[in-house]
Amino acid sequence: MRVTFTANGKPVEADDVWEGESLLYVLRERVGLPGSKNACEQGECGSCTVYLDGVPVCSCLVAAGQVQDREVRTVEGLAEENGELGLVQQAFVDAGAVQCGFCTPGLLVQTDALLERDAQPSDNDIREALSGNLCRCTGYEKIMDAVRLASARKCAGEAST
Amino acid sequence: MSTRTIQGQKNLQNINQASKDGIGGSPLRPDGNLKVKGEFAYSSDMWHEDMLWGMALRSPHPRANILSVDISEALKVPGVYAVLTHEDIPGSKYYGLEIQDQPALAIDKIRYHGEAIALVAADHPETARRAVKKIKVEYEVLTPIVTEEQCLDPETYGYVHEPHEYKSHAYGNICHEQKLVSGLGVTDEVRAMADVIVSGDYEVGMQDQAFLGPESGLAVPAEDGGIDLYIATQWLHVDREQMAPVLDLPEEKVRLTLAGVGGAFGGREDISMQIHACLLAQHTGKPVKIVYSRDESFYGHVHRHPARMHYEHGATRDGKLVFADCRIVLDGGAYASASPAVVGNAASLGHGPYVIPNVKMHAIALYSNNPSCGAMRGFGAVQAAFGYESQMDKLAAELGMDPVELRQLNAMSEGDFMPTGQRIDSPAPVAELLRRAKEMPLPPPLDTEHLDVRALPGALSNTSHGEGIVRGVGYSVGIKNVGFSEGFDDYSTARVRLEVIGGEPVAMVHTAMAEVGQGGVTVHAQIARTELGVEQVTIHPANTEVGSAGSTSASRQTYMTGGAVKLAAEAVRRALIEKGRRRYGWTHQDITLSGGKVVSESAGVLVPMVDLLGDEAIDLTREHHHRPTQAFDKETGQGFGHVQYTFCANRAVVDVDVELGLVKVVELTAVQDVGKALNPLSVVGQIQGGCTQALGLAVMEEIIVRDGKVRNASFTDYLIPTILDTPPIPVDVLELPDPHAPYGLRGVGEAPTVSATPSIVAAIRNATGLALNRIPVRPEHLTTEQPG
Repeated sequence: MRVTFTANGKPVEADDVWEGESLLYVLRERVGLPGSKNACEQGECGSCTVYLDGVPVCSCLVAAGQVQDREVRTVEGLAEENGELGLVQQAFVDAGAVQCGFCTPGLLVQTDALLERDAQPSDNDIREALSGNLCRCTGYEKIMDAVRLASARKCAGEAST
Repeated sequence: MSTRTIQGQKNLQNINQASKDGIGGSPLRPDGNLKVKGEFAYSSDMWHEDMLWGMALRSPHPRANILSVDISEALKVPGVYAVLTHEDIPGSKYYGLEIQDQPALAIDKIRYHGEAIALVAADHPETARRAVKKIKVEYEVLTPIVTEEQCLDPETYGYVHEPHEYKSHAYGNICHEQKLVSGLGVTDEVRAMADVIVSGDYEVGMQDQAFLGPESGLAVPAEDGGIDLYIATQWLHVDREQMAPVLDLPEEKVRLTLAGVGGAFGGREDISMQIHACLLAQHTGKPVKIVYSRDESFYGHVHRHPARMHYEHGATRDGKLVFADCRIVLDGGAYASASPAVVGNAASLGHGPYVIPNVKMHAIALYSNNPSCGAMRGFGAVQAAFGYESQMDKLAAELGMDPVELRQLNAMSEGDFMPTGQRIDSPAPVAELLRRAKEMPLPPPLDTEHLDVRALPGALSNTSHGEGIVRGVGYSVGIKNVGFSEGFDDYSTARVRLEVIGGEPVAMVHTAMAEVGQGGVTVHAQIARTELGVEQVTIHPANTEVGSAGSTSASRQTYMTGGAVKLAAEAVRRALIEKGRRRYGWTHQDITLSGGKVVSESAGVLVPMVDLLGDEAIDLTREHHHRPTQAFDKETGQGFGHVQYTFCANRAVVDVDVELGLVKVVELTAVQDVGKALNPLSVVGQIQGGCTQALGLAVMEEIIVRDGKVRNASFTDYLIPTILDTPPIPVDVLELPDPHAPYGLRGVGEAPTVSATPSIVAAIRNATGLALNRIPVRPEHLTTEQPG
């Protein structure tokens, strides 16, 4: 089948899609957006998290056909239009929250969504929001630091505008 | 074929980063921006325009004879290009890290659940999956050999490998054994010297590395008959060494390039899909990509050895250790992997960081029909630490002493001797680490007035509102070796090139080091900047075009490859200065490189480096070997076996719901001596990550194997700590330089994984009064076990 949808603001189409393919497979193997990662393909690790119509979902659990005519935003779409890192991306780099980095794309999307709905989350709010995203390298401490840093910058940015 | 494009090579290009940060600073990762943009190409992201997908058929039985394999139906599936069995292997059929006992594809016998039997290459992963299901295998299913008792009685239960098959047997189903005796050993007379004796039996479950990036890679056949493999691994050269004979190719025709690695922790030390992808590529003449699913990853790599241990410690009334009698039995599973070295570590480090005048130790690894076990962070020292630290708490209780004081009283320090007879000739601040861990401020008590259930045991499951919650505190300390031991000539190679690019002096560092996430690439750039006084450093892609870097394991890469980069950079610096001496006739003895210039401390700037370099690059390669170690004597375990030791102490604070058996680790403090922190940000990240894997082993992580079958090969059932399970991890870093190591540094990555688990179990015991002799501690242990 053919699937057409919007990925990071641009229309994309994928041909010869097998009915059982996931959105994750289509993004990674068919439309050239390998940023979302395939760590468990069971919705347990969060590495493949993307926005679907503005809601974070595990793209491994979404059938490709379900995204027909819908909007997908991946980690590749979190950067600024000029290619500069987005606020959450920069905070992860600055805080040392990236080690192997395989969990990072999913964590970035989930963090972005958290700060969209609550710019000043408490530590327990952060832990709750990110509890579906496994990281095996960092021990999560620097991820906590990154989210706090992104939150502080976001609030400072909002205060100055 | 070589002219076609391979997508996903962005991070295989030189990574360029301008920064002034040398060693001791915390410059940001050169690969960080690519990783947060989703542009960093992991091995599973490799893509070739006409690539095929490879997949393996795996055994559903742990032990069986293969009566027949019929691939005819699989070959008929449209889109299938090849179906291979062991009969299609052109060269040697066996490989292995230390013992070549593992068939690349099963031959006549199945020795573990999930063993690969046949391979398929197809145009789509789903086609491959369907074809795999059409391969017909006839098995004669046999009763698996899975318990210690069964393994040690081959006459009754049989052999995993028949005795004539391999020369590695100590005897029976024993893959490797190491004994150790120091002082008077443990005799009746020695026992009589102790006022108190405590003993215990301890058990450690099978832990998995559970790195997030699945095993994957892309094999591309080359025009010269060789093969190019883009792969996530820990050691490019040792992969090649094992692959070339199986592929029947000379090593130089097997070219490996490191593709992005999503964590490793020991699980990528062994071959997984490397040989399989290359066999399929050889056979089809097309590029072949293999990406493991998560369950296949659980079957396809070795795990941490489960252990059964018996410990007996004797001490005087005032708490001085008199003897330790230890037996450690590690289940190595079907194939040897790194079991011999793991046994060596368990035997030589299994008494802990304590001075014990009389020690007797016997460590063995068994062959069984359980999953193969090999390297995992902490490598044989982890299991033992749970045993000896549990014993220290037991002894302290028996003596009525404070458990930290007991440990400090017996703590080893510089100048003391290991039970191997090796004198510790660098700082060993064991007592100091414990003191600091104890003096760190404790977290506030549970605030029952303003409860947030998310912070309680059970967390989001909302199982408690504070009732039935008891807090406990526990301490531990551990010891780990750094680098390869027992006489192995451990070395690494680095090539450093200095040249003028765009009017600036630029250094390039080329090694075969596997960057698995630990941050080695950052540190290499820091070392080059420090030694060459330049800002711009590029990191060449890691590949087999340069000499071996050894493995990214044993906490050794910064020590070994960092040391090689330092040597190569120093050689480049000397060559540049010599060039200046020849050209300008300098006679100063204090010439160095700084800020892009050649400077003399007495005479100031001599010349900008760009002028001296001109159009000529200086390109030099150096090897760094650590000082030689010795093999342990087989019977006595004596020998200068380890090049460096590293120590970490922990304090755990836990809340336990004693009604439901749920544990929440409230805080996990770590204090570690790192010799010299080359990159403090990375050092702290390593320690926190190591502590979290230890937390996993303490309270949740275990591959459940019943009758040789893996029952939980998924992230749904094999639980690793989430951000909700993981507490704040305050880290205190000491920097006491090791005079034998580059910059005085000490390996960092493993020590916290060795030490932190026992502190958590100690804290749970402190909260509950239960004995808890098995990890991971499960809810049923907390609700049904007897007090210790």
